[in-house]
Amino acid sequence: MRQALIIARKDLLIEWRARLLLVRVAPFALLVLVLFAVALDSEPLILRAAAGLVWLAMLFSALMLVQRSFDVETDDGAVDVLLTGTVEPAQVYLGKMLAAFVQLLALAITLVSGAVVLYGATVGADQLVLLVTATLCAAWGLSSVGTLYGAVVANMSGRDSLLALLALPVTAPLLIAASRATEAAFGSQTIDAASGWAWTALLVVFAITFSAAGAAAFGTLMESDT
Amino acid sequence: MTGTATSGTGSSGTGSSGTSSSGTGTLFTRIIGAAALVVMAWVVVSAFFITPADTQQGDSVRIMYAHVPAAWIAYLAFITTAITSGISLARRHRTLGFDRVAGASAEVGVLFMGLALVTGSLWGRLTWGTFWQWDPRLTTTLFLFVTYVGYLAVRNIDSDPHRRARRSAVLALLAVLEIPLVHFSVVLWRSLHQEASVLNPDGDVRLDDLMLFTLFSGVVAFTLIFVWLVMHRQRLAALQDAQLGAGLDAAIAARRAETVA
Repeated sequence: MRQALIIARKDLLIEWRARLLLVRVAPFALLVLVLFAVALDSEPLILRAAAGLVWLAMLFSALMLVQRSFDVETDDGAVDVLLTGTVEPAQVYLGKMLAAFVQLLALAITLVSGAVVLYGATVGADQLVLLVTATLCAAWGLSSVGTLYGAVVANMSGRDSLLALLALPVTAPLLIAASRATEAAFGSQTIDAASGWAWTALLVVFAITFSAAGAAAFGTLMESDT
Repeated sequence: MTGTATSGTGSSGTGSSGTSSSGTGTLFTRIIGAAALVVMAWVVVSAFFITPADTQQGDSVRIMYAHVPAAWIAYLAFITTAITSGISLARRHRTLGFDRVAGASAEVGVLFMGLALVTGSLWGRLTWGTFWQWDPRLTTTLFLFVTYVGYLAVRNIDSDPHRRARRSAVLALLAVLEIPLVHFSVVLWRSLHQEASVLNPDGDVRLDDLMLFTLFSGVVAFTLIFVWLVMHRQRLAALQDAQLGAGLDAAIAARRAETVA
């Protein structure tokens, strides 16, 4: 676990120095929110769709983050050096997942704030716990899937479009569950807090499944080709 | 049928033994192909001319004889892909045979799933009045389809055959993990949201014996076609890999000759 933390720290340090999240991904995510509002062009409709739009914007932005996270590793074969050393592949996976999780969490806070400001979504004090829990679980699930599929396409030509094609269908359960839970937290009439918690439970199952799969598969995916 | 087999260039000794240089057919595939033709002919005749129209759906019920077998074969193909990928991974891709079967099977599976989606939506237009319903089974099928399109995209990117085998095997196994989750969440999603129940006559028709037999024949015919296609496609892939290897060997030999000269 110590190695995973070191890897995570390394990734976050690189991110902190480059500030890609701040200057590119977060503005992109907010831009997506604005574009949704322009496309839908109806305030009640936007408010109803707010939760789903937040998580769609999250998915798109997560792709950018994951891409970046693996470009750092495959440039100059850095990941090969890591793995020929004594670092367990599962530890590398968990470390990268953790770093992605922290960044996605920051992004989620930005987007939820964006929804409150731009779409007029409201979060009651009693629903705050649900919102925070659901967001934590969804960010965890998204970072586990993202890091896993990032490893699948690492080093491939045309990997950006491929990552979207591969990872987005897999995140369908996450998109559904996170949107519904957030919708419940936004105090929608169609979905109550209890089902919000049920959806959060699904998010946990999703995150555990793909974290385990990622830790198991990472070694195979990163094996060098000689 | 598949006349794209490499003639001449790839005829190094590595080619699989039963393969003649003119194609990927063997006696076995010819027998399967012939059987598929015969059964298919019967299915066409029976589906269009012998079986009765449904009392409620009319002639549109005949789509079922293509739709149900296509969906069935798609699932069979994806299961085959998952199993052969698992075996290939467990054997650490020592031979690429299982990997090639996995890829061939996924290709055929995507084809048949596309067929099932198209025939299904045509039938839906006639019976439900809409091409598409966000029903759990349809939604899951659509995600399954997209997932395997992605799988094929990964396979089609030129890279080392062993790396391709590793990547695609992991992907195929991940799909097995993904599908139950997608299905479960979609079921939950629809059950919570479907207040306005749409006109939805389940889609199940009462089948008499002849209809059932025709449907069953359709499944047999499509299964034979599936086996036939996968065998050909798999051999073609083996030839392609052999040609790639032969081309590389030739290039190395040529460079060596240059340095000697």
